[in-house]
Amino acid sequence: MSRLPQMPDEWVDRSKTLRFRFEGRDYVAFSGDAVSSALWASGVRTLGRSFKYHRPRGILSMANHDVNVMVQDGQRHNARGDVVQVRDGMDLTAVNTWGGVASDKVRFLDRLSPFLPVGFYYKAFYSKRWFPMWERMFRAITGLGRLDTNTPHIHTPKRYDFCDVLVIGAGPSGLSAALAAADAGASVALVDENARAGGSGLYQLGGDAARRQATRELLAKARQHERIRIFEGTLAAAWYADQWVPLVDADKMTKMRAGATVMASGAFEQPTVFRNNDLPGVMLGSAMQRLIYRYAVQPARRVVVTTANADGYRLALDLFDAGVQVLAVADLREAIPACAAVDAVRARGIDCLPGTGVYEAHADGRGELAAVTLCKVRDGVAETSTARRIDCDGVAMSTGWAPAANLLYQAGTKMRFDERLQQFVPDALPEAVFACGRVNGVFGLDARIADGARAGTAAAAHVLGKALSAPPVPAESEAPSHPWPVVAHPSAKNFVDFDEDLQVKDFENAVQEGYDNIELLKRFTTVGMGPSQGKHSNMTALRILGRLVGKSPQQVGTTTARPFFHPVPMSHLAGRGFNPQRRSPLHGRHAALGAVFMPAGAWERPEYYVVAGKSRTDCIHDEVRRVRTKVAMIDVGTLGKIEIRGPQAAEFLNRVYTARIDLLKLGGTRYAIMCDESGVLTDEGVIARLADDVYYFTTTTSGAANVYREMSRLNAEWRLQCGIINLTGAYSSVNLAGPDCRKVLGPLTDLDLSAAAFPYLAVRQGSIAGIPARLMRVGFVGEWGYEIHVPAEYGPTLWDTLMKAGEPYGIGPFGVEAQRLLRLEKGHLIVSQDTDGLTHPFEVSMDWAVKLDKPFFVGQRSLKILKQMPLKRKLAGFRLPAGYSGQVPQECHLVIVGGEIAGRVTSIYWSPNVGCHIGLAFLPPELATPGSRFEIRVTDGSMVAAEVCETPFFDPEDLRQKEQS
Amino acid sequence: MFTAPTELKSAYDVVIIGAGGHGLAAAYYLAREHGITNVAVLEKGYIGGGNTGRNTTIIRSNYLTPEGVKFYDASVHLWQDLSEDFDLNLFYSTRGHFTLAHTDSAVRTMRWRAEVNKHYGVESELVGPDFIKRSCPSIDISCNGHAPILGALYHAPGSIARHDAVAWGYGRGACQRGVEIHQQTAVTGIEVKGGKVVGVQTSRGHIATNKVLCAVAGSTPRLTDMVGIQTPIYIHPLQAMVSEPMKPWLDHIFVSGSLHIYISQSARGELVMGASLDPYELHSTRSTLDFTEGLSAHMLDMFPFLSNVKVNRQWGGMSDMTPDFAPIMGKTPVEGFYLDSGWGTWGFKATPVCGKTMAWTVANDSPHELITGFSLDRFRNYSLTGEKGAASVGH
Repeated sequence: MSRLPQMPDEWVDRSKTLRFRFEGRDYVAFSGDAVSSALWASGVRTLGRSFKYHRPRGILSMANHDVNVMVQDGQRHNARGDVVQVRDGMDLTAVNTWGGVASDKVRFLDRLSPFLPVGFYYKAFYSKRWFPMWERMFRAITGLGRLDTNTPHIHTPKRYDFCDVLVIGAGPSGLSAALAAADAGASVALVDENARAGGSGLYQLGGDAARRQATRELLAKARQHERIRIFEGTLAAAWYADQWVPLVDADKMTKMRAGATVMASGAFEQPTVFRNNDLPGVMLGSAMQRLIYRYAVQPARRVVVTTANADGYRLALDLFDAGVQVLAVADLREAIPACAAVDAVRARGIDCLPGTGVYEAHADGRGELAAVTLCKVRDGVAETSTARRIDCDGVAMSTGWAPAANLLYQAGTKMRFDERLQQFVPDALPEAVFACGRVNGVFGLDARIADGARAGTAAAAHVLGKALSAPPVPAESEAPSHPWPVVAHPSAKNFVDFDEDLQVKDFENAVQEGYDNIELLKRFTTVGMGPSQGKHSNMTALRILGRLVGKSPQQVGTTTARPFFHPVPMSHLAGRGFNPQRRSPLHGRHAALGAVFMPAGAWERPEYYVVAGKSRTDCIHDEVRRVRTKVAMIDVGTLGKIEIRGPQAAEFLNRVYTARIDLLKLGGTRYAIMCDESGVLTDEGVIARLADDVYYFTTTTSGAANVYREMSRLNAEWRLQCGIINLTGAYSSVNLAGPDCRKVLGPLTDLDLSAAAFPYLAVRQGSIAGIPARLMRVGFVGEWGYEIHVPAEYGPTLWDTLMKAGEPYGIGPFGVEAQRLLRLEKGHLIVSQDTDGLTHPFEVSMDWAVKLDKPFFVGQRSLKILKQMPLKRKLAGFRLPAGYSGQVPQECHLVIVGGEIAGRVTSIYWSPNVGCHIGLAFLPPELATPGSRFEIRVTDGSMVAAEVCETPFFDPEDLRQKEQS
Repeated sequence: MFTAPTELKSAYDVVIIGAGGHGLAAAYYLAREHGITNVAVLEKGYIGGGNTGRNTTIIRSNYLTPEGVKFYDASVHLWQDLSEDFDLNLFYSTRGHFTLAHTDSAVRTMRWRAEVNKHYGVESELVGPDFIKRSCPSIDISCNGHAPILGALYHAPGSIARHDAVAWGYGRGACQRGVEIHQQTAVTGIEVKGGKVVGVQTSRGHIATNKVLCAVAGSTPRLTDMVGIQTPIYIHPLQAMVSEPMKPWLDHIFVSGSLHIYISQSARGELVMGASLDPYELHSTRSTLDFTEGLSAHMLDMFPFLSNVKVNRQWGGMSDMTPDFAPIMGKTPVEGFYLDSGWGTWGFKATPVCGKTMAWTVANDSPHELITGFSLDRFRNYSLTGEKGAASVGH
């Protein structure tokens, strides 16, 4: 083929020549060329291989959904040849070939195709013996492009945007709609997936160059309009609830929230079904027009047009003008209705053949189009006696359209099949959604422009709340879709779905097997499931099914149209990625001290602090020893911190926690647990009463977000007089613990730290080195200690001050691991480690924390019932013999009794203070008494003996938290 | 393959509501193993059009509770013979299944599951990052530094299958044995007299029957309302998406609870991807954009080289969740009304064993021994079967 003389609105820039490679050969292109147009201009016709039979394929549609031509572009696979523009130096190969597109080694599959009918895969190779081998073979040839696992993580930006009216499609009707809406005062976003706006108004000219004038004028006005923004090369990828439309272009995704949407998305021309309708050289009529007017490429030299509408004649005129020899216009209709285009075609001496269709296309040695056989065709059946062979290198298919209604369906539009138009059209549109142009069943150019104005006006009226009116739309006279664009052939290869290589007989077989409704047919044949999502196949499939089961297309119905309209790269959807990570205000201090961090939900917490030359275990044991013998500090700023204020704050907490919070005295704290409705223990924390109507409390680190969310939800229901404030990030907290902690803290604070003035479980507000602080005397690690909460910005100063003050006493930091060991020595459980999704308080001996006699709390009803039932298991402390040196059980190793699972280990450590391994385990209640022996099975299957013992393991009388006199 | 009966009969021995995998499997086993063939399967849409056709087709038995492990293990054994039973290739493809652990608490849960699985003879083990990296060299073990993989539960028998074909195979097998499948037939009411089922009202007329099996996943509450029984089921949407086909590179199935993703590559070369439940109750199958955004972001954390891979299609289903993440199966307070429900996000893999045990339960009017742990009255009796820890991703 060759490049035509300059076209008035061509997309290529002839001043810039680009060089690229395809399948190892060098080609040139102009800037603005699509891969397909550049190759076609260079005379390359086999551009790809089909998915299943590896048949040679050329251009089908050039309409952004052409999956015949998919190329590997470096690290991009399945790049669409009709969308991707040539870049200088590109090195492309066709996807899905073995050994190149020209001599694909698996093209033999095409000859096997009679033996590979639809559903073949379901009927073969299913024996257990052969399936794995066959599957390996199948997986070797399946799929399209090849993924390059060295592709980098691409971070693509996202934008948010707003408009009154979003118009999808910038063809004549879309431009007209945008202008009407903008003129009425609405802000308009006009998007078009093509590189340039204008749509069919600039390439379906019917031999009349003046026809483009109307569209040009609309486009010029729209470009100048202050309230219209035009997004070209931008795909409206889907329609989601509340007019939420992702707009995807090469570099980003824009999430558009529109007040109203006007769908002016046009229609997809549909292939005519005849034998070998997929040969390179056979293409949609509109594809030829796009090649001519957008890329100035001659689509073929000698063309046969197969048509059933006026579009085919207008196409013939466009071809004629482009210097193409139009050999014949074969019209499936018995009589050709008179119209100007038909007269013009005849006037140019072109044969117009009524009641005629392509019976089959013939390939040359390379598998590309060389000739067609035309026959008289009546209702899809060819009279072969009338066969007439014509040598040609192009066949244009122009027998009908299907609306590009995907987004209309996604928006919930009820569509109806219009028998006269032979097309689905909107019947009932959802609120704030409008349609115009071809997708609305309007085909004449003037009518489309008027329809656009009507829809744009209505959309503006909806958004602006004004009463507006537009001139009426002239009645549509064209009926461009043929009800049966299918020509039967005994040797098949008459393709309905080019993505999936589906032929007419595949549908016949499927229906015969009982897949006789559109959804089952789709799933069994996979029609419409390929990359183009049925844009060029669903309508014909529906017609075929209708015929086979004796139903109209309306009765057959359509399958669900789902996002996306056109596939969207994951990098666009992912955007820059959002991985919220929380760092305590003290993070830098920990890093400087050599902390090894561990994830804790969104937080990073110090697991332990590295000391040069020491093992992890030794470091942790040193930290433990420091807490037990001197003084040490841990960052507990990751705990959830919530404040509740208001006259009904106590009532609220009383309903949420199992304890009597209302009885908590001013200045006191209480350890409390929370259950769900089934009585399962979900969270724990310390609640402090700071004033009559002010409570401040902590939650677990992992539970913080959930607890806050659940409390907010509950109070939305209960409407108690209190406010819930999440202060987790607003406060920094440390736990200062150890026998010397008062020596460190005392000189820094105005508070009296004596046991009498500040007893165990009390809360005090005071200042530490001038920093306002809330202090709670807690005992989680089993030492005298204070949990100190200060505003987050004071956190580092508090830390530094305490560290400095503690220097003479050998202060140091301790991490999460040391804390876990310390609390285990005291027999304290950790919710979610020592409990699971079914653990209720009685199983973990927390009966004391549950006040069943309160009027109400969440889980109360369940706990009252559970209280009456025998326990199924119990959490108990255990120890391994001192000096045990065998395999040490790990958390979640199972307790085995009589060969059956009887429980599991939830925590285990070697305790330097107890001198043996200690742990907690769920056991059958009868075993959970001190002195009982049981066995734990470790990973390799061997059994380890353990003995139940009392907790706390260390300092059972809590003497270390009491003042010694 | 299917016979399409035109008329509803006035009475059937058993009416099964829902022609998904579960309902059709029950019909198949009722006919094959219990000789009960006067059965109607009623379907308001089309065969396999509910969650059977919407799930991500993962089959595994690495559960947490003894009840669950035994049950799903029985299912896996049935699966393995199903293609030959049906003379239909279900593409039952054993790929190996990784449940990734990104936190030490997740590692503990994986160990727990591994130990319980091994106890019941199910192949599962706790493996480290090296093993994972060897199995899938392209994975980013650090997950972009956000959530380093510390280990995984590796379950070698983990498989995928062609989901639609499962419904077709059971449907065909049932039809061949005399069962009638009525598509586009909605149940509008269930008649109960004196605490017993006596009939079913449909959009195509009345049917007399004494036994009704309800196998309708996300529509369960609507049917239990018809007979006036309460269940703790609540409905959340679950969404999934699929990429364009590409040459196979991913041999295994990967699941990450922390990143809320699961992924496998189908026989067609598509990546089939899912995430956690939508966080709100909703009786709808609509799709959302934020689902694809969140899932893609997490996918790229683990597999950054998927940046250019395009998402072709997304869809949603309705999951019937239960408080303990285990199903509700068996008899109900209404005599003759049997439930196969509460399947949440894990129903597909149980299709064969559900069909088999529910058929047994309906035929004998007594719960099959494998499903006694899943009875509706466990919620009344406070004997829950806690499977939350074995749910594939966060809920």
